Order: sequence, then structure tokens, then C-alpha cells
Amino acid sequence: MLEGLVVLLVIFVLAMFIGFEVITKVPPTLHTPLMSGSNAISGIAIIGALLVFNTGDGGVASWLGFVAIVFAMINVVGGFMVTGRMLGMFKRKSEDES
Amino acid sequence: MEALDKLFYLLAATLFISGLKKLSSPATAVRGNRMAATGMLIAIVTTLGFGGIVSWPMVIAGVIVGSGIGLFLAKTVPMTSMPQMVALLNGFGGGASALVASAEYLRLFNAGETPLIDVGISIQLSVLIGALTFSGSVIAFGKLQEIVTGKAVTYPLQKFLNALLLLTLVGMAGWIVAGSAPIWAFYVVVGISLLLGILTVIPIGGADMPVVISLLNSYSGIAAAMTGFVINNHGLIISGALVGASGIILTNIMCKAMNRSLANVLFGAFGASPTGTIGAGGGDAGDLTVSEVTVEDAAMMLAYARSVIIVPGYGLAVAQAQHDVREMAELIEGNGGEVKYGIHPVAGRMPGHMNVLLAEANVPYPQLKDMDEINPAFPRADVALVIGANDVVNPGARDDANNPLYGMPILDVDKAHHVIVMKRSMNPGFAGVDNPLFYAQNTSMLFGSAKDSVVKLVEEIKQL
Repeated sequence: MLEGLVVLLVIFVLAMFIGFEVITKVPPTLHTPLMSGSNAISGIAIIGALLVFNTGDGGVASWLGFVAIVFAMINVVGGFMVTGRMLGMFKRKSEDES
Repeated sequence: MEALDKLFYLLAATLFISGLKKLSSPATAVRGNRMAATGMLIAIVTTLGFGGIVSWPMVIAGVIVGSGIGLFLAKTVPMTSMPQMVALLNGFGGGASALVASAEYLRLFNAGETPLIDVGISIQLSVLIGALTFSGSVIAFGKLQEIVTGKAVTYPLQKFLNALLLLTLVGMAGWIVAGSAPIWAFYVVVGISLLLGILTVIPIGGADMPVVISLLNSYSGIAAAMTGFVINNHGLIISGALVGASGIILTNIMCKAMNRSLANVLFGAFGASPTGTIGAGGGDAGDLTVSEVTVEDAAMMLAYARSVIIVPGYGLAVAQAQHDVREMAELIEGNGGEVKYGIHPVAGRMPGHMNVLLAEANVPYPQLKDMDEINPAFPRADVALVIGANDVVNPGARDDANNPLYGMPILDVDKAHHVIVMKRSMNPGFAGVDNPLFYAQNTSMLFGSAKDSVVKLVEEIKQL
């Protein structure tokens, strides 16, 4: 059991390092879209929310799962869409309404 | 077969990382966002396909409702409200993680099983961080939306009470992990976590919200990673760690830009009451003179300048004058001048906010320069135009060790040949500190509202 935990910890720590490396290269100009975009990625909790429904137990747990799905989907859809909307505004040259 | 879903999760995680990498330039960022979104789609479809889901109606209903709300928010939120939007999204992310961990705990509890110690601890951490992120984000949203007071709320024994709550929580969580606790202990953990989220954000002043949102962003990622430990899912752990790292970096950047430590932001209750003595600092207030400039003269200076650096503060965004500023910049460029924007990290209400507001007003992004990039350019600039910014251009923060702002990185506008400061009146800025820039030889003040002044400048430059 501890071995399994260690594997997960290794993944976690290495992913943190990758995160630091990749994200320090994001210029300040894009920090707001970075936040909303990374936010959408933290909506990955949707996987967990969906997996609540692989037992068919019903009851309180499934209601919690339902709310979790709603929350996570707001996070995912809202996050990616609003990030796309913002990034679409960054243009190299000034142009009239597009 | 069993490994196949794990491979798909790995693919999703790869797409997240590549997507974030593409955020290193505005030219590739749109594609990066699409890659990350594709990764998420793969992760969701994989889970639906391999997850062994049995109660489809609830799942489908949840997906539709959540997507609908998300779509509506993303389409309707104005760019000025982006900090609130991100705060809210942080909250939903954290909330989802806490709910998943809670559902897993209840399932195990009802089945009469005690989770292994590692899963047990992960559940408690996921609930604590997730619930705290949720309630904290709701308060941050309220403060930004001005539903909750933006002031730092303090009361006696605040830290003591928080410590007591945290101690109770640790005790309860330990009891649950040990395996003999009744169900109410779990509810106490959830309740205290929610309460801690509220109590830790409420004493933080509105001006410090950029730090708080960044930190909550980090928490929402960590909560997702913890949930990954609970359900043994690599996809969650990798993605959560990425977001956690991102939030930590941004928190750091914001703290540095404000010259404050994270501990000072979280526990300092900055902005609860007026900060100390307000005054000229220098002590020789007697011979300080302010030179005023008329719109006509300012227009003349700008129209014939070869190089202009515009320094926008949040006042510009509040006045909704971005479009007028861009129009003015285009006129200056039409006369052969060069225009750049010098943007301080705390110019907006969250990291990078001002850049988004200017991009929305069609300012080309190559003109948007961050502090380190623009500072060497000031000595060569003919005119530095400060619009609605104050503390971030205070030379006292750089030169005067007695200045309360001393140490805060600033934009060196005072090094430009001429400085025009647009300001409503001589009132000090947020920090209540007098600004020697206003009395400098090369500074002229243009009094009036930002919007009016810029509109008038545009008219004048057109006539020249």
C-alpha cells in the first residue's frame, strides 16, 4: 500500500516541477488568461465527480456527486471558454471591431 | 484493457502541459488553450467510457446543467469583472474536489469500511483544502463584487479563534483517519473547513485580493491533486499539481510587486484602518510646487513627441477610457511617434488584468510592456503619461528609505524627459502616501477625470 502512495507522490512532485518550469515562462501580459486557463484545468476533478457514479449506491453520495459534476463542469466549460474569449482579444496589430 | 484509460489520462495531462507551454506567447496562446480543452474532453470521454458509470441520468443532467452555467458565465462576464469570475471558478473547482472526497468517504463509511491510512489522510486533506477554497473564494468574490465589505474585517482574538478551529479540525480528522469516529465528526470537519475559508479571507483588504485569488487558484489545484490521491488517479494528480504550481508562482509575483510577504498579506489586516501617519515624508513641504498643464499644452507635447510611454492605473479602467487612450495613441503614431504601455504587475485587480483590458480596447499586444521591460526605456522617452496610477510611480519607493512604500518596485516614470500626470485632485493614493513625483521639475499635472481629459486630448491632437 505504501508503495502505491510513493508512486503517486513521485508523480505529484515531478508534476509540480514541470508546472514551475512551464509557468515561469508565461509573460505577465498573459497572467489573467493563465489563471482562468489553469483554473479550467483544475476542473479535472470532473473525473472524480463522474466516478462517484460507478457504484450505483444512490443516496447522499450520489447527490454530492451530482453537485460535484455541476461545479466541475462550470469550472471546465466556463474556464476554457472565457480564456478563449480573452486570448482572442490579443492582436498583433490594431484593427477595427472584429 | 485496464491500462488503456490510464494512457488516455496521460495523453490528457500531456495536452495540458503543452497547452500551458503555448501560453508563453500571445501568438500561440489561443492554440494552447484549445489543446488544454481537448485534453479535458479526452479525460471526460475516457471516464465516461471506462469508468463503469451506472446512473447515467444524473450524470448527463449534471454535465448539461454545469456546462450551461459555465457557458453563460463565460459569454456574459465583462472583462472588468474577470477577477470575480476567476474567484468564482476557483471556488467551484475546490468545491468539486471536496464533494468528490466527501462522497467517497460516505460510500466507504456506509459500507462499513475504514479506508487505508493514506487514502484516509488524502480524503481529509481534500475536504479541508477544497471546502476552504470554496468558501474563501465565495468571500473573495463578494469582496470584489462589493457585496461583502472590501475593508479588512478584524475582531478580538481573531488569530486565537482560527488556531482553535484548526486544532479542533486536526483532532477530528485524526480521529476519523484512526477509523473509529462517528459520522458527525466528518460533518464537523466539513463545517470547520468552510468556516476557516470565510474567516481567513474576511480580514484581508480588497486591495490585496489579487494575492488572495492567486493563492486560492493554487489551493484549487492542490485540492484536485489530493482528490487524485483519494481515487488513485494520475490524471488528477498531474493536473492538480500544475495548477498548484501556477498559483504559487502568481502569488509570489503579486507579493513581490506589492513589497509584502505572504504572511503579511494573510495576517496583516492591511487596510483595516488608515495606515499610520500620512504626510509629505520629506519634511520640506513648504517649497514644493506643483506645475499644472492645460489640455492644449499637453496635447502639443504628446502630438510632437517621438516616444511616449503610457502608464495606466486601475483608474483608467474604472473610467472606461481604454478606447479613448488607444485612439490617442493611434493619433500620436500617425504623427510618427512611438507609443508603448508600461504596466505594473498590480495595475489591475488581478495579475495581468490591465493587459486584458487594454487588449479588449484593441491595443496591439506588442505595445504592452511589463515593468522590467519598460523601465530602461523611460530615460529615452519624451513623454511619460500617467493615467490613474499613483503609488506604482512613486519615486520615493525607490529612493527614500523613510517612505512607507520603500522597497516596492515602481515604474521609473520620473526619468522621462516630461511627465504628465492625469489626476482628479492632489489626494494621495491608496496607501495614503504623498508622491514626490507630482512636485518634480519635469512633471506637469493635468487635473480632471481621466475620461474627460483623454477625450479632450484626442480632440486637441486632431486639430493640430
